Amino acid sequence: MFDRRLLQNFDWILLLILAILAVISVLNLYSATYPIRESGGSQIFLKQIYWFIIGFAVLLVMTTFDYHLLERLAYPVYLVSIGLLILVFVVGDIRSGSQRWISLGGLAVQPSELAKLSMVLILAKFFNEQGQVYEYRLRDLWRPFLYMAVPAVLILKEPDLGTALVLVTVSFSMILFAKIKWRSFLILILSGIIAAPFIWINLKDYQQKRILTFLRPDMDPLGAGYHINQSKIAIGSGLFWGKGYLKGTQTRLHFLPEQHTDFAFSVLAEEWGFVGSVILLLLYFLLMLWGINIAKNSKDRFGTMIALGIVAIIFWQLVINVSMTTGLLPVVGIPLVMFSYGGSSTVSTMAGLGLLMNISMRRFMFQ
Amino acid sequence: MKKSSSFEPHTAEIFNNRLKLVSLLVVFVFFALVFRLWYLQLIKGSEYRIKSENNRIRLQDIPPFRGMIFDRQGDLLVDNRPSYDMYIIPEDVQDKDKLLDNLGELADLDREQALQRLSAGRKYPFRPVLIKRDLGWPELARVETNLYNLPGVMIQVKPQRNYLFGKFASHVIGYLGEISETQLASGRYPDNKRGDLIGKYGVEMCWQKQLNGFRGGEQVEVDAAGRKLRVISRKPPVSGANIALTLDKDLQILAEECLNGKKGAVVALDPGTGEILAMASRPAFDPNLFIRGIDPKEWRRIVSSKDSPLQNRAIAGQYPPGSVFKIVVALAGLEEGILDPSEEVFCNGSYTVGRRSYRCWKRGGHGPMALHDALVQSCDVYFYKLGRRLGVDKIAEYAERLGLGHRPGFDLGMDKPGLIPTTRWKLKRWGIPWQPGETISTSIGQSYVLVTPLQMALMIAAIFNGGVLYQPQVIKWVGKDGRMIREFKPVLKRRLNAKPENLELIKYALVGVVNEPRGTGRRAKVKGITVAGKTGTAQVVTLEKEKIAKAGGEVPPEFRDHAWFVAVAPAEHPRLAIAVLVENGGHGGSAAAPIAGRLIEAYFTGKRVADAGTRPQQTGLTN
Repeated sequence: MFDRRLLQNFDWILLLILAILAVISVLNLYSATYPIRESGGSQIFLKQIYWFIIGFAVLLVMTTFDYHLLERLAYPVYLVSIGLLILVFVVGDIRSGSQRWISLGGLAVQPSELAKLSMVLILAKFFNEQGQVYEYRLRDLWRPFLYMAVPAVLILKEPDLGTALVLVTVSFSMILFAKIKWRSFLILILSGIIAAPFIWINLKDYQQKRILTFLRPDMDPLGAGYHINQSKIAIGSGLFWGKGYLKGTQTRLHFLPEQHTDFAFSVLAEEWGFVGSVILLLLYFLLMLWGINIAKNSKDRFGTMIALGIVAIIFWQLVINVSMTTGLLPVVGIPLVMFSYGGSSTVSTMAGLGLLMNISMRRFMFQ
Repeated sequence: MKKSSSFEPHTAEIFNNRLKLVSLLVVFVFFALVFRLWYLQLIKGSEYRIKSENNRIRLQDIPPFRGMIFDRQGDLLVDNRPSYDMYIIPEDVQDKDKLLDNLGELADLDREQALQRLSAGRKYPFRPVLIKRDLGWPELARVETNLYNLPGVMIQVKPQRNYLFGKFASHVIGYLGEISETQLASGRYPDNKRGDLIGKYGVEMCWQKQLNGFRGGEQVEVDAAGRKLRVISRKPPVSGANIALTLDKDLQILAEECLNGKKGAVVALDPGTGEILAMASRPAFDPNLFIRGIDPKEWRRIVSSKDSPLQNRAIAGQYPPGSVFKIVVALAGLEEGILDPSEEVFCNGSYTVGRRSYRCWKRGGHGPMALHDALVQSCDVYFYKLGRRLGVDKIAEYAERLGLGHRPGFDLGMDKPGLIPTTRWKLKRWGIPWQPGETISTSIGQSYVLVTPLQMALMIAAIFNGGVLYQPQVIKWVGKDGRMIREFKPVLKRRLNAKPENLELIKYALVGVVNEPRGTGRRAKVKGITVAGKTGTAQVVTLEKEKIAKAGGEVPPEFRDHAWFVAVAPAEHPRLAIAVLVENGGHGGSAAAPIAGRLIEAYFTGKRVADAGTRPQQTGLTN
């Protein structure tokens, strides 16, 4: 049964990039949570090592089966993820004002992470089934929009603006890639502009404030603008070579907020400077280009769409996070994939990358 | 499944083209992000580096210890004590109301004010907000032991001026006050910042620069909560210099005690050096009140008080000298050679010039008086006649030679010159010529004559020390770290150049004032010490008093005469010169002389004497 070609085709390059990212991430988390006053120190980097181990296990599992199986599983997975999103409101933990987590035997899981993957699956299935059609009109797309809208609204309610935003941008990326008519595209853009004020009034106060502050960070230097300013100071003060590992004063002295999650990139940029930040970005872009290459080499539309969706997840999270830390975008809570601390995010990302590897390994297989 | 699991050829091509586009987009975004990093880290990098340094490095002031103030024996009068101030860091407070409730139970708290300060501090949530200055010991103990339960509360220690004896010599020592905007702008206080307390009066003001010392500072690394983590560099503060006053603590305390409940001044000095041993002025103020931030109502009450407690009456209170002035007139007569000390003048109780008659204080008259008796018994008629013979300008000449009519040059300033009238002065000041009658009242220290208690003490000292007027001094030395920086030597201001035999005559008479049966100053007599002195009663001339006196009623306190007594002891080799003035005290002999006596006795025997009021009364003589 086991095809030896699978082992021959094992994607060592993808694995190597992942391994390097994982090592840098753990080293950076160690620095970000390095104890300054409290004795005992932080165990966060250790926990993240466990998450990576679990993640690699999941990744390996995700390579073992033929990904075509997922075409049949797409609906059940989607329904389960919607069910979990609803369950969050029932049994979810409330942490700092939002209800995003479900406790599973001591582990806190974010269903929204699973929702992103299931979204990719169900859209890939949809576009695969459509076959030849490649110039979609809006009315052809009501199903993908519905698929997207349900989890997006649920996640927005948690509230988790960042993840909802990622979900929407990933879905749109896939829809655009599947090719939408220009006219339909323009209508979409226009309706987006018209909808903007309604979205605005439905945002939470702090979300509105973050966007306003983004536009004028100096308005409130110790309030909402604090995050942006301190992050820019951290990154900028890294200069070319950085302040050195474990020597970032912004990090050490806690001027940087959420330094092990949303602002982990700023920690790296402060301590490793321009050189380190560019190297990290380069790794991510190699990963994405490699993912696009896998999409290209996939022998079927389903595989291509899944690969593209996974690349889109990584791409948008990276772009939003780095733009946010460098002050190009308002602060929305989005972790940097494979880099920020966070179990659900790490494991689900690695599950996605496992799928990518799955597709990569089966690029030469014909049925 | 089969139909959709692989690409139709043309579909694959379209997808490939699109994937190329996606790759290009990804590469483009990569460069966009790299460009952003390049901008932040390389173009603006140094700017952000400075910001990150400023973030973590705070400059903390370390105020210097203000120099201490001692008396002449080295007894401590003014030092600094720790003030435990309570601060709240707004950022660390979760429940403001609960915190204030808790604090209110532990310390005496002005809740209104605390809330107001906290909301004002919200703008900079990491900056500590001063909630209460100078916690008392029990409060401090309660707050400190409960700090674990009071998130955001912080205690900081700062040195605070401490006047050990409250009102003690407050007019000499002075007080501190917050530096004003004009003072800050003047550039004369380079080492002081807004909110600093600086000397505003007395020694504290005149020696501000030396007492202040130099501010130190620390560069400390702080975290985002503003907590101090470590000291990066430190410049230690330099304490201010210490100052010793010439005051004798015990004598000063006694002098103030003698004036308690009265208005007036006492000056005691060393006739051989001009060093002031005691300088009391009452009413007074407690300089400690100013330190804790005097409340405006209290301040207005002090400033606008009719009793002017801020005025140093010893140097700035100007009064007619009354009969004390007879010393000047007597010396002038002797020196000018127009007075034969043995020549007798008959006093029948009054002296008539033209239509006006000038009374002697003794209604029935003293009978025949020579100089000695005239001084001892303070006969007015004798001096009316002598004064007329001299003329006001001659009197003024000798008054000035004795240091009157000029500022004595007190080393803390604010001393007043008093006034010695001359014919020229009268014309210039009032535009009318001098009247002969005015010479008559001038010769017993009335009319326009004004002197300060300090001048009187210096004058009597000069008579007894061989005719030397010293500059009065209240600073003995300035020192630092156990070394003397500056020691003050006696400064000779002028010489009287009077004939010794004339001075002897006056000195002998002044001994008689205290020691002869008919002397007016007998209540200054001290057993075992030859005290010499002169009484004075300065009339407070008002129309109302005249009316009341004519009607035979009792004169209300504010219209009573000022009582003077000047004294020297021991007369043979003087070591103490004293001037006592009691405002509205009545007669010098009864109100001022006992105070001088008590001070002299205490100074030379070291023993405190019973209150002046309980000393045996002597009858008959009041002036």
